[in-house]
Amino acid sequence: MKLFHYIIQGRVWRSIFRTGLPETNYRRSLVILNNFFLHIHPAKVKKSTLKFTTTFYLGGIAFGLYLILLVTGIYLMLYYRPSVPLAYRDMKDLEFVVSNGKLLRNLHRWSAHAMVFIVFLHMLRVFFTRAFHPPKEFNWVIGVFLIIFTLLLSYTGYLLPWDQLAYWGVSVGTNMIKATPIMGEKIRFLLLGGNFVSENALLRFYVLHCVVIPLFLTLLIGVHFWRIRKDGGLQGDLEHYAEYEPDIILGKNIRVEQRESPNQSLVGTGNDENK
Amino acid sequence: MTTRNPLKNDAQQSRRKFFTALGTGALAAASTGAVVLSAEFLTPNALFEPPSRVLVGKPDQYPPGSVAYLTEHQVVVVREGAGYFYALSAVCTHLGCIINWKSQEGVFRCPCHGSIFDKVGEVLGGPAPRPLRHLALSLTPNGYLQVDKSIEVEPSEILKV
Repeated sequence: MKLFHYIIQGRVWRSIFRTGLPETNYRRSLVILNNFFLHIHPAKVKKSTLKFTTTFYLGGIAFGLYLILLVTGIYLMLYYRPSVPLAYRDMKDLEFVVSNGKLLRNLHRWSAHAMVFIVFLHMLRVFFTRAFHPPKEFNWVIGVFLIIFTLLLSYTGYLLPWDQLAYWGVSVGTNMIKATPIMGEKIRFLLLGGNFVSENALLRFYVLHCVVIPLFLTLLIGVHFWRIRKDGGLQGDLEHYAEYEPDIILGKNIRVEQRESPNQSLVGTGNDENK
Repeated sequence: MTTRNPLKNDAQQSRRKFFTALGTGALAAASTGAVVLSAEFLTPNALFEPPSRVLVGKPDQYPPGSVAYLTEHQVVVVREGAGYFYALSAVCTHLGCIINWKSQEGVFRCPCHGSIFDKVGEVLGGPAPRPLRHLALSLTPNGYLQVDKSIEVEPSEILKV
């Protein structure tokens, strides 16, 4: 205990974590505000929004799956080579030769399936709880892009095993792109890097799957989370919220932080014992 | 206390406007260049794809009334009667899968979404929007049949050998 206090009061520790132990409500909010990873969170959260039945934690689960996919995806990249003679064999090697390869590949695969499903449910939840109403209407738009990127990631990953299912799946899908008015043929040509699904297409889908789309997805996830805070947090029941924040509902004024008095029924401020 | 206007005279005003316009213009030109450059870079110049003109053997390899699917070229060669030949693309006109010849039923069936075509490529059922493509078929001077997959011809064009 003495050593623990010695460390957390030491100069090194304090240079990293300036706030100290979250012993008071003030310190607790500082912990959130001063941490790069936590600061996209609101410092105070209404108790009702933490109830399971408010959100079913769908956004959080989707983010968890995203993290699983990121880690397992990087693992898979160490054994998979995106070329016509090697891709299918590397996939088979991952299943039957590499230690725990089958587990990691299936984790990646099933998490991807689950992510599509959960993101879709998240969208339904947001719709049915009217959480897309002002001031959060733009976060809905970001969410639409997030679901599109999720689907694109699934689709580009689909080609990589380079089996019959993948080949014809992508042949059919890219033929559908041809139906785009005016530039359909051109888009398909650019996407495949040729007229057929071939070596170029495999490489392009690999780069899109492993670099381009994850980059945009990660960026938008950050904005999506940050905007929840900036738009007034997960407010749960809008009518209830309107009682004391009518302007928020109308989207006129979103400077919430300044108005919140510490005694509203917020988590962390119940049983106030501020020192 | 008076605040000093950094742009107090017209000469400075117009100089700032000039340089703003110059900078914006340069940025616009560079951005356009970058877009064009990227588009060009992403369009491959050399493609390693199978050739469009392929030799498909001699006419007497095909018995009269036969329908032969050539896996390697994704082409169907049909011989009607004694010496009438035509070639069909085996690529389904719906979404690009490869059709199969069902000899017992005498139709082509697509495994992907169930389109059905007859022997001359007309749509009998399923989602296919157009008949199968008829491909240019010719006889080379040394007696081989040659299909050009890049040239589509009218179904009425039939090679007599």
